[in-house]
Amino acid sequence: MIPEIGHFALILALLLAIAQTLFGLGGAARRHAGWMAAGRSAVAGQFVFTALAFGALTWAFVQRDFSVLYVATNSNSELPLLYRIAAVWGGHEGSLLLWALALAGWSLAVTAFSRSLEAPFRSRVIGILGFISIGFLLFMIATSNPFQRLVPPAPDGNDLNPLLQDFALAVHPPILYLGYVGFAVAFSFACATLLEGRLDAGWARWTRPWTLAAWMFLTVGIALGSWWAYYELGWGGWWFWDPVENASFMPWLAGTALIHSLAVTEKRGLFKSWTLLLAVTAFSLSLLGTFLVRSGVLISVHAFATDPARGVFVLAFLATVVLGALLLYAWRAPRLKSAAGFEISSRESFLLFNNAFLVAALGLILLGTLYPLFMDALRLGKISVGPPYFELVFLVPMLPLLALLGVGMHAAWKRGTLAGKRRRLVLLALSALAAALVAGAAVYGELRPLTTIGFMLALWVIGSAILELVQRLRGRQALSGAVLGMVIAHFGLGLAALGITGVQSFRIEKDVALGVGETATIAGYDFRLAALRDVRGPNFVGVEADVLVAKDGRAVTTLRPQKRLYHSGGNPMTEAGIEVGAARDLFAALGEDLGQGRWSLRIQYKPLIRYIWLGALLIALGGGVAAFDRRYRRAAEARESAAATAGASG
Amino acid sequence: MTPRRKRLYAVLAILAGVSAAVVLAVVAFEDNLLYFYNPTQVMAGEAPMGRSFRVGGMVTQGSVQRSAGSLEVRFVVTDFRHSIIVRYDGLLPDLFREGQGIIAHGRLTESGEFRADEVLAKHDENYMPPEVAESLQAPAESGG
Repeated sequence: MIPEIGHFALILALLLAIAQTLFGLGGAARRHAGWMAAGRSAVAGQFVFTALAFGALTWAFVQRDFSVLYVATNSNSELPLLYRIAAVWGGHEGSLLLWALALAGWSLAVTAFSRSLEAPFRSRVIGILGFISIGFLLFMIATSNPFQRLVPPAPDGNDLNPLLQDFALAVHPPILYLGYVGFAVAFSFACATLLEGRLDAGWARWTRPWTLAAWMFLTVGIALGSWWAYYELGWGGWWFWDPVENASFMPWLAGTALIHSLAVTEKRGLFKSWTLLLAVTAFSLSLLGTFLVRSGVLISVHAFATDPARGVFVLAFLATVVLGALLLYAWRAPRLKSAAGFEISSRESFLLFNNAFLVAALGLILLGTLYPLFMDALRLGKISVGPPYFELVFLVPMLPLLALLGVGMHAAWKRGTLAGKRRRLVLLALSALAAALVAGAAVYGELRPLTTIGFMLALWVIGSAILELVQRLRGRQALSGAVLGMVIAHFGLGLAALGITGVQSFRIEKDVALGVGETATIAGYDFRLAALRDVRGPNFVGVEADVLVAKDGRAVTTLRPQKRLYHSGGNPMTEAGIEVGAARDLFAALGEDLGQGRWSLRIQYKPLIRYIWLGALLIALGGGVAAFDRRYRRAAEARESAAATAGASG
Repeated sequence: MTPRRKRLYAVLAILAGVSAAVVLAVVAFEDNLLYFYNPTQVMAGEAPMGRSFRVGGMVTQGSVQRSAGSLEVRFVVTDFRHSIIVRYDGLLPDLFREGQGIIAHGRLTESGEFRADEVLAKHDENYMPPEVAESLQAPAESGG
C-alpha cells in the first residue's frame, strides 16, 4: 500500500509542478496577483508530495519490502539499516527521486526567503524552477518509476552494490545533488532576469548567497567522492578524470567562475551578461552531467542505466532547457549594458583573468569528455581520452590562475594601483620560492621544475591569503563575511594545491607478491606481511592481513587491509588498510591468493594527500561563510520593510 | 588608452588565449587518444604497433595461467571469432574472472601478444563495458 501512496504522491507532485510553472510564469506575464500566489502555494505542495514519495520509498527499504522491484534490486535483508536508507539513492530511480526532492527543497527555500523581491520577478523564478521540476518528475514517472511492483515478490533482495556500502558514499549523493541542483536557483534567477530584460544591482546581491550555498555543497560532494574513491575503490588514486567525475567537476568550474563574476557584477555593475551566461552554463552542465550519468552512454562505475528511452528523454530535456535558455540569452542579453570601465591592475581585471582561465580549463575538459561520445555516435571508432590529456589541459590554465590569484586578492576595485602592497607581495613571492626549493631539496631530496612551481604557487596563495587577513585585522577594517570567506577559501585552495603537488610528484605505488613473513620496501618504509586471518561481517566473510610497517627498524603502524566476499554476490571487494598522517599516508590493499602461500598486495606511499581534501573542505567552508555575509540579509530586511511600508501607505 | 584601443587589446588577448588553448588541446589530444580494438581487429592488423591502445573482450574459460606465487599472469581474451593472449604483471581488479568482459590497456609485442599495463573489469554483476558488449554482438548480427 505504501509504495502505491508514494507513486500517487509523485504524480500529484508532477501536477503541482505543472501548476507552479503555469501560474508562476502566467501570473507574472499577466500581473495577476492571485495566480502568482497560487504558483507559490504550488511550490509548497510539490515539496510536500515529493517528500512523501521519498518517505514512502525509504519506508519500503526500512521495512525490507521486496515486492518493490527497486528495493529488491538494491537491498538485502542482511543489509544494515544505515545502508538500507542509503540504498534509497543507491540506484537510478531512487537517485532521480533524490534529485527531484533536492530541487523541490531549493524551490521551497527560494520561495520562503524571497519576499523582498518584486512579485512578478519572484513569480517568474518560481515558474522556471517548476519547469525543471516537471522535467525530472515526468522523467521518473514515465521511464524510471521507483515504486514498480515485483510480482511475485522476491524472497530476498539482490543487495546494494558493495562498493556503495560505505559511509562517505552514503552521504556523497545527497550533498552532491544539493550542489548540482542548487545551480538551478542561479539559473532561474538568470532566466527570469532575461525574461524581464533588465538587471539591477540588487540582482547579483540576490543571486550570490544562493550560488555560494550550492557551490559549497558541490565542493563537499566532490571532495567526498574523491575521498571515497581513494580508500574504497582500492587503488589509492584520488582523481581519475573519469567522465562521471568530470560531469561533477565541470559545473563546479563554471560555478567557481560564476561566484567570482557575480562579485564584480554586484560591486561594480560590470560583466552583467557574462554573469548571466555563466549562471545558465553552470546549471546546463549540471544537467549535462545528469544526462551523462543517467543515460548510460558512459563507460563508468556510475552509469547503471542502459535503457535507451531514458537517454533520449534526458537528452531532449537537456536540449530544451539549454537551447531555450541560450536563445533567451541571445535575444535579451544585448539589452544589458555594463557602463563603467576599469584599470588593468584593478580587481576587476584579475577576476576577468580568473574567469578566462577557469572557462578555458572547463572548455578543454568538456572537449575531452564529449569527444569520445561524438566519435562513437558518428561511428568513427571507439576511443577514450587518457588522464594525461586532462592533467595537462587543467594544469596549464591553473598555474597562471594561482599566480594571479595571490596578487588579485590584494588589488583594489576600479583603481589601477596596488597601493604600497607591491613590496610585500614581492617579498612573499620570493619567500614562497625559497620555501619551495627547501621543501623539494631537503624533505624529498629532489628538485624538479614542475614540483617547485607547484609548491611555490601553493605557498604563495596560502601566504597571500594570510597576508590579506593580517592586513585587514591590523588596519582595523571591518571584516565582512564575504572577505573572510574569500580568505578561507583561497587558503584552502593553496592547501589543496600543496597536496596535489606533493602527491603527484612523490607518490610511490608498487604491486608486490608477498608470503607471510616477507617484506617489501618503498620510500624507506618496510611493509611486512605478518599474518593472514579470516574475518566475518554482518553480510560478508573475508580475509584480513596484518601488514607491519617499519621505518629504520622502528615500527610505524599496522595496516589491516581486507578482501571481502559479500553473501549476495560472488564479487570480492577490497578494503584498503590506510595509516593517515599529516605528512603522508601509508596504504596497503590486498589483491588475491597467488598460490604457494603468497598474496598480491598493492602498497603505496602518498605524501601530503590529506591536504587535498582538507583544502577542499576549507574551500567549501569559505563559500559557506561568504554565503552568510550579513549584508545579504540586511539588504533583504531593508527591502522587506520598505515593501511593507509601501504596502501600508498604498 | 582610448576605450576603442582597450577593446582591441582585449580582443587580441582573448584571441591569443583561445589559439593557445586550441594548440594545447590538439597537441595533448594527439598523444592521449586511446583507440579500442577487439581481438578480430587486432588479428587483422588494424591495431597499431608501438603505440598504446585498449583491447577488450571475454576472458576465455580456463585460460588464466599464473606462475605460482608471482604477479605474472597470462590469459586469453576473445570475441568468439579471434583470440589474443594478454600478459599482465600486477594486481587484477576485484571483478576480474574467467568468462567475463574486460578491457586491457597496453601494447602489442613483436610476438603478437598483448602486454597490458592496466586491466579493467566490469564494475558490477549486470554491467559490461559497452565496447565489449557491442563487439560480442557484432559477429552474431553480421552472421559471420
